[in-house]
Amino acid sequence: MKLNYRIVIFAVAIFFGLFFSAPSLLQTQDGKKIALGLDLQGGLHMLLGVKTEDAVASRIKSIAASIKYFTEKKEILIDGLSFDAEHISFTLLDKDDAKTIQTFLHEIKGAVVAVAGESVSLTLTSEEVIRTKEQAISQAIETIRNRLDQFGLSEPIVARQGDEKILVQLAGIKNAEDEQRARELISRAAKLELMAVDEERAGRVGNMSKSDAAAYGDVILEDVTNPNIKYLVREIPVLDGGMLTDANVGFDQNNRPLISFSLNAEGAQIFGDFTGKSVGKRLAVVLDGKVYSAPVINERIGGGNGQISGSYTVLEAKDLAIALRSGSLLAPIYVMEKRSVGPSLGADSIEASMIALLGGFGLVVVFMVVYYRMAGVIANIALFANILIIVAVMSLFGATLTLPGMAGIVLTVGMAVDANVIISERIRELLHQGVSMHKAIEDGYSNAMRAILDANITTLIAAVVLYAYGTGAIKGFAITISIGILASMLTAILGTHGIYQMLEEKMKKSKNNLFWFGIRG
Amino acid sequence: MEFFRYTKTLGFMGKSKLAMFFSIALIVSSFAILAVKGLNYGVDFAGGTIVQVKYTATAPIDAMREKLKSNETFEGASITEFGSADEVVIRMRTTTGDVVVDVGDVTRETLKGTGDFEVRRVDIVGPKVGSELKEKGIMSLVLAIAGILVYVAFRFEWRFALASVLALVHDISIAIGAIALVGLEVNLDVLAALLTILGYSLNDTIIVFDRIREGIVKGRDEEFAEVIDDSITNTLSRTALTSLTTLFVVFTLFVWGGEIIHAFAFTLLVGITIGTYSSIFVASPMLLLLGFDVKQYHVNLAEKAKREAEKEKMRNQFESGVM
Repeated sequence: MKLNYRIVIFAVAIFFGLFFSAPSLLQTQDGKKIALGLDLQGGLHMLLGVKTEDAVASRIKSIAASIKYFTEKKEILIDGLSFDAEHISFTLLDKDDAKTIQTFLHEIKGAVVAVAGESVSLTLTSEEVIRTKEQAISQAIETIRNRLDQFGLSEPIVARQGDEKILVQLAGIKNAEDEQRARELISRAAKLELMAVDEERAGRVGNMSKSDAAAYGDVILEDVTNPNIKYLVREIPVLDGGMLTDANVGFDQNNRPLISFSLNAEGAQIFGDFTGKSVGKRLAVVLDGKVYSAPVINERIGGGNGQISGSYTVLEAKDLAIALRSGSLLAPIYVMEKRSVGPSLGADSIEASMIALLGGFGLVVVFMVVYYRMAGVIANIALFANILIIVAVMSLFGATLTLPGMAGIVLTVGMAVDANVIISERIRELLHQGVSMHKAIEDGYSNAMRAILDANITTLIAAVVLYAYGTGAIKGFAITISIGILASMLTAILGTHGIYQMLEEKMKKSKNNLFWFGIRG
Repeated sequence: MEFFRYTKTLGFMGKSKLAMFFSIALIVSSFAILAVKGLNYGVDFAGGTIVQVKYTATAPIDAMREKLKSNETFEGASITEFGSADEVVIRMRTTTGDVVVDVGDVTRETLKGTGDFEVRRVDIVGPKVGSELKEKGIMSLVLAIAGILVYVAFRFEWRFALASVLALVHDISIAIGAIALVGLEVNLDVLAALLTILGYSLNDTIIVFDRIREGIVKGRDEEFAEVIDDSITNTLSRTALTSLTTLFVVFTLFVWGGEIIHAFAFTLLVGITIGTYSSIFVASPMLLLLGFDVKQYHVNLAEKAKREAEKEKMRNQFESGVM
């Protein structure tokens, strides 16, 4: 027995493998472990799209609201304030106000203002439209992340994918109810609007159509609990949720949950002004297009605090408060891709792939020993080390093990012994030519090296492409294959060579080709 | 133990015409199957919805069908057994974009009363994502082949690269033909399997090519066909053994890996078999066909060596201060 640099490196590699794979293999408390993919532990994967056009529409709507507020405050008389997808128009009743209104409109970012006589129009620039859409996406990511962080699952993943997709991954969802709650929380627009009830016409709401309402600049909204109760409210809201600073769950006199919210200074000002001049009228609290309540204003409300009452459970109120607090979604989101796996299916997949892994591994190990004798035993040591290193490296980097990743490990077992088959065949060839065992080993390794390198590098090329273009679980396959190939260079080539060199004296003495390499002669 | 011990070179190239005929027949029939049956794209590429349901007893497929008819969400849905009699998959071409209303929940509602069951998996792939995945998939195959072409051309010679890539195209075509023949559902995992075949078949080819390169460099003045035969014979035991061990594991995956990995394992099983055959009977004869010239190669090698030597000489002169 003698030490050589190869066996030392190999020993270090095995030690590394044992040390870092232990937390994953033994499932210890501390230490970095391999994360199981959603397909193995169960969970929810979604790719969400954002309806960005709606963000542009709501931006227009909020500009219209601010024009309304401004003109009322400055007592500028306007008529026919209307808007469509990217465009607002109205008529000035008094030309003398043109200057004031123009100064105000020019302060609005990203809009082109055109004044022709009494008619004024405002259009968003295309840059502004793009910016608004972009903001809708990044804000949606931010908002969803905030909401999920408060939801109480460990490590939710919310990330941008490509230009306009949002990736959401939730591991460890245990049942359908939790999933439902998570999906509701994610998709909740949480758009709060305070809208004035059109008291003049409210009595006629029952026999009014949508277009009738639109003609008066009104919309018809349903009550949240009873869709038969309809409200006629002014289309342009008094305030929207953008001015909200906080939302919390509170309780009313009857101990029913309600949500109390606070507005920022600007919002409080607008709210105060509006309530001040609307005493005796109703103000509808509208959330996501549904009226939650429409209390009569008794007096001017200062301070900028309000409440949303409705008949919901404490849990619903809590989720709603989270949604309001973390901001509204500027635009609705929709599912582009969804994959949800129940925990029991994940467990089945783990079991099936473990059986395949152990079965395949067992077959290969037995075959190698029967065919190559001692050389096979040495190759098997390398194979064990290889798997340890794959597990160790994956644990160290916190890589995710997916079902295809499992298949990758199984396949690596088959491919890792390939290097040893190539080497052993070269050695046998040289032994048949009557070369001494020592020379056969050294030459065998150097002859085999070039082919093994070329073969491994081309497989790596395929694996890298797979990683770059693969999605989700497939990436896991590319990862295990790549780590397996790189590890096999260390174990199957360097490691086994080191073992042979260590055993050199013994081999010289025995000269038994059958024992060492399984051939006669 | 030793399976392959040849003292004589086997005449592979003599059989290459027959092999060519066989390969061409396989490829033509693959394309014919593709043209007639087409590929059965799964949700990953075609878009659609999959709901996997497991019952505690045998799944009452007829009763399920009846129930599903009552809900328009399931229009055009098909129900098939998945792996065992208690597990089924409901497939639809349609998708819903609604985040809150979930097909899984709708399924649970609709199937109420058909027995004790659990919705184990819901996959929804929107049409846009589906076509993107398809695009990316084809792109990855093309890029992998291109990368391999460049690498082999760099390490060997352009005819080696072309021959190996033709063999790869051969393998992939036949594997896809087999997939179409059995009507296997093509999803992302099948794509991964195809890429694995790419890497695997190339492994085999490179081992043989490496021997051929070695044979050429040793400079025996044999006919090129003989060099090839020698090289294939010498590497035959390795080719067979590695294919065998890999087939062992793929076979265990195929048998015990469960339904979900079935398509992946099947594709590999076909691909590895074809890949082993092609490295011997397609890639190597292709070198002959492409007109690889041993003598020219030697001349080129000699020139390259000469240039190197010249450079080395100049460098020495420069270092010793002669120039």
